[in-house]
Amino acid sequence: MSDRDRVPGGPTGDVTGSGAGENALEFRDPEKANALAERAAELVAAIDAEQVSVMHVCGSHEQSIAKFGLRSMLPDGLELRMGPGCPVCVTDMPEVDEAVALAKAGVTVTTYGDMLHVPGTSMSLSEARDAGADVRVVYSAAEAVEIAEKVDDEVVFFATGFETTAAPTAAVITGGPPENFSVLSAHKYVPPAMEVVAAMPDTEVDGFLAAGNAATITGWGLFEELAEETETPITVGGFEPLDILAGLVALLKDIRDGERTVRNAYPRCVTEVGNEPAQEQLWEVFTTESGEWRGIAHIPDANLVLRDEYADVSARERFDIDTEPLSGTGSSLVDDCICGDIMAGRANPTDCDMFGEECTPENPVGACMVSSEGTCKIWHEYGGRPDL
Amino acid sequence: MCLGVPGQVTKVNGLTADVDFWGVEKEVRLDTVDEPVESGDYILNHVGFAIRRIPESEIDETLTLYESMMGGDPDDMLREDLIDEVEAAGSTAPESNDTPANGDAEPANAEDAEDLLDELDIDV
Repeated sequence: MSDRDRVPGGPTGDVTGSGAGENALEFRDPEKANALAERAAELVAAIDAEQVSVMHVCGSHEQSIAKFGLRSMLPDGLELRMGPGCPVCVTDMPEVDEAVALAKAGVTVTTYGDMLHVPGTSMSLSEARDAGADVRVVYSAAEAVEIAEKVDDEVVFFATGFETTAAPTAAVITGGPPENFSVLSAHKYVPPAMEVVAAMPDTEVDGFLAAGNAATITGWGLFEELAEETETPITVGGFEPLDILAGLVALLKDIRDGERTVRNAYPRCVTEVGNEPAQEQLWEVFTTESGEWRGIAHIPDANLVLRDEYADVSARERFDIDTEPLSGTGSSLVDDCICGDIMAGRANPTDCDMFGEECTPENPVGACMVSSEGTCKIWHEYGGRPDL
Repeated sequence: MCLGVPGQVTKVNGLTADVDFWGVEKEVRLDTVDEPVESGDYILNHVGFAIRRIPESEIDETLTLYESMMGGDPDDMLREDLIDEVEAAGSTAPESNDTPANGDAEPANAEDAEDLLDELDIDV
């Protein structure tokens, strides 16, 4: 049986206490999980629609959903899809090109390990490194600063991720880094992207399951405006199977009742106001700007860029970055990649002809197969959506 | 890179702290933490920065949850991500009896979410 055919959780839709893998973490309370799944089925049946679509926006949610085979427990009429929730995946190709161009120009480029293999137009950072460029993986923005402190040459931190990594980047910038340190920001801000995706004509979103970890920083109150504007209920959810199922049940009730409410199903980590010191730091350093989210859309106010006051730390100000030599030499397979459609909730990885064939974690065509938070890599690992 | 890892603060040095992650110490920045922390507190570490002081009442549950997620199938991605984060934070994966503290905690459960369901009058 190939990886692609593996069916997480078994085909029966019944929780037996084991998830996808043979030694997978057991449900601590299978009875409760089954009861929640039944409740979800009742609610879906009570909703006057052929299909109810719930979108979540977090790679860790998808890992848990795929690992425990939660989709196989849920009713046919409920579609649970991952939206633009993988920061590595939404980093636009020209942004990767900027980092590659800097590395090839002799600048030391530091970045999170997940970014190393993300394809740029003609090459990834790892390929640039193989060709002799100085590209280093760091675990933390603080580590990038430490590298800069030890050398005289220019060190750029290629900063990616959502609010949870943007706040640490802001902290090292306000902390007075050495003069040879600068930041190439590809940080992204999720709420505007949720709004754009919800409004896409070919994407159905009846409710959002929002990510509990990002909300640890932003607070759940942030989503009230979004719920209002998209006329969509939102529940902030945790990452255990029971957390996710309970979040879904709460969300389905709101969908049934036509509520546009924001609910917090993860109160052990998320408060209404969130982590205020981290938010203050983030907005002190960053402001939002319109920009591309790889393969999804041009999204207003969803790219985090350095404010003018911090222009001296911006790699885009400091260097004349020329990505022109990198353009137009990419793989033709990339044109067939449907990563963008997957992140917009319009398609599943299994809708792609290259999934598990030309495109694998070892030889990824698109970013969704690169990151451990990418939908394609997660489905490839856990066997994807079972046939119901 | 998403979830973060809990550890116990052993010493605060201004804007950084020494934090114990299952037996190995690592320096963690305190710039982005939500509440003041002191020695003995538990924090949630994310990419080398504390993003949350874990309230006393949630320490047992949080540690148990992470330990259970880090056990199990060695090929598991969620486990891999967490162990990567712990290792990057300076530690090794926890051994079954080598926990920072509170090793006898009750299994984690979904009490939080249950409270919400109660509030919504959803009976499961």
